[in-house]
Amino acid sequence: MAPTKKMGIKQKYAHLTRGLDWETTYEKMDDVFPYDKFEGIKITDWSKWEDPFRLTMDSYWKFQAEKERKLYAVIDAFAQNNGQTNISDARYVNVLKLFLTGISPEEYQAHRGFAFTGRHLRGVGPRVACQQQSLDELRHFQTQCHTISHFNKFFNGLSEFRTMHDRVFYLSVPKSFFDDARTAGPFEFMIAIGFAFEYVLTNLLFVPFMSGAAYNGDMSTVTFGFSAQSDESRHMTLGIEVIKFLLEQHPDNLPIVQEWVDKWFWRGFRLLGLVSMMMDYMLPKKVMSWKEAWEIYFVEAGGSLFKDLERYGLKMPKYHEQATEACEHISHQLYGLLYQLSHVTGLHAWMPDDEHMDWLSEKYPNTFDKYYRPRFELWKQQEAEGKRFYYNGLLQLCHTCQLPMTFTEPDDPTTTCFRESEYEGQHYHFCSDGCKDIFDREPEKYISSWLPIQQIFQGNCGGPTIPDVLAYYMFGPNDGGEYVGSEDNKLWESWKNATTKEAAE
Amino acid sequence: MAQIASITLYQNDEARPVMEAILQDNPTARVLNMPGAVKIDVDDELVINRATVEEKLGSEWDPQQIHMVLISMAGNLDEDDDQIKLSWKH
Repeated sequence: MAPTKKMGIKQKYAHLTRGLDWETTYEKMDDVFPYDKFEGIKITDWSKWEDPFRLTMDSYWKFQAEKERKLYAVIDAFAQNNGQTNISDARYVNVLKLFLTGISPEEYQAHRGFAFTGRHLRGVGPRVACQQQSLDELRHFQTQCHTISHFNKFFNGLSEFRTMHDRVFYLSVPKSFFDDARTAGPFEFMIAIGFAFEYVLTNLLFVPFMSGAAYNGDMSTVTFGFSAQSDESRHMTLGIEVIKFLLEQHPDNLPIVQEWVDKWFWRGFRLLGLVSMMMDYMLPKKVMSWKEAWEIYFVEAGGSLFKDLERYGLKMPKYHEQATEACEHISHQLYGLLYQLSHVTGLHAWMPDDEHMDWLSEKYPNTFDKYYRPRFELWKQQEAEGKRFYYNGLLQLCHTCQLPMTFTEPDDPTTTCFRESEYEGQHYHFCSDGCKDIFDREPEKYISSWLPIQQIFQGNCGGPTIPDVLAYYMFGPNDGGEYVGSEDNKLWESWKNATTKEAAE
Repeated sequence: MAQIASITLYQNDEARPVMEAILQDNPTARVLNMPGAVKIDVDDELVINRATVEEKLGSEWDPQQIHMVLISMAGNLDEDDDQIKLSWKH
């Protein structure tokens, strides 16, 4: 037999996604795929799906294995060489604490979500892509745990991350985001996570933040971050393909998709508020401000994308102007909140030093000196007088995004924004028009939300006092509060001063 | 405003020939250097040619090897055995 010519990637991909599937006959197709019709999305021809990377399983395993080998070589080297002593400052570790408790468990949720869509979408092309993404997300969760476990040997606030994620008040922000996506139908999940999160917003999480890790001497985190992000490019491609596919299949899909895009853009924007705080306040050495990252990755990149999608009639997400305007404020507002609450979190907080404040003034010339510097200077003065300010009340939460009511009116940064809806005789509260709209569209879904502050009042979080609740959260006694004077701070100082210490023991 | 086609690569030796090939084949490319990463922007369309990367690298290069150095991208992707294209053109 003559040797056959090696297949090109287009041919290989066609075999994988066209030849391996079949129409079921013993069972009805609608019984085999029971979830891909109830959302109202109309698909006329699944074979129109095309994955532009055309990644077949053999290539997928080959590349993923190579990525893993490289990553684990770095993680080993980092641990062996005591890389934790070469980071810029122990304040940096707070970024890892927020990441491990707030983001890594969502990688796991994404794994579960894509496993579901990878089973329940009728077309084989998207099913293969979703299955690959499901494995990627599991890999991200695992590699993040492995990498950050090294820091857990030395620093507080990391050890009980799984329990914290399920119970702690600010961690319900990312948790509820993914709970919301995973309890939607498979198409909404794809628009929520595949399109809005992966394509429109994930760059804001991974690129400047991982570049920040590189700049702050955390070789292991930058490596897992960029290793994950190399999968992310494939996920972004899936996200953009899914939206084009839905819009091309039937004109009736447009209004449904537009509502999902509006909803998940706003939910994602609120979630990424946590990242804004990391970038502007927690990284000792900065890469770019949150506002600059937003300009590059939403205004510029998102603008190009939505201009492309105009041909299908899809519009920019609702309230995108409000989001861009709010980027002048959100990192300062959220960090100010963390500072006042750090004694009831698993994170440390501190007031920025003079150099850092000047950087913030330069990056936020319209807002920082006018609205936020005076507040921060007052807190610094109180610290100097031995009266470090902590807030000791329970916070009112937005019923949709579950962030505390801390954001201001779109046109007035001196007034807190409150919105309210009534449903079946109960009042529900929101931080913004975007969050109120999301609730009003599906109130019967959101009234069942698990809101951590309400749960404390209902007696479901360990007991009525702050120590009871903190014990329920599994916070250690040194996990939160002011950074200066903390165990982490003291450990760091001891490393920096230990020039003659004997290492062998 | 032009639509920006963009790619972000690792800042390392494996990615360097790819970056050089992009800069050669897309003369209007703009470069943003970040710690650990490099972002390359081109108005409307960005092209990576296998032949140019192979010339820079001095050995064979499969366009799917891009997955080893890729961080992010923007534009509609089309990839075959000879070229990777990120484009907003239709």
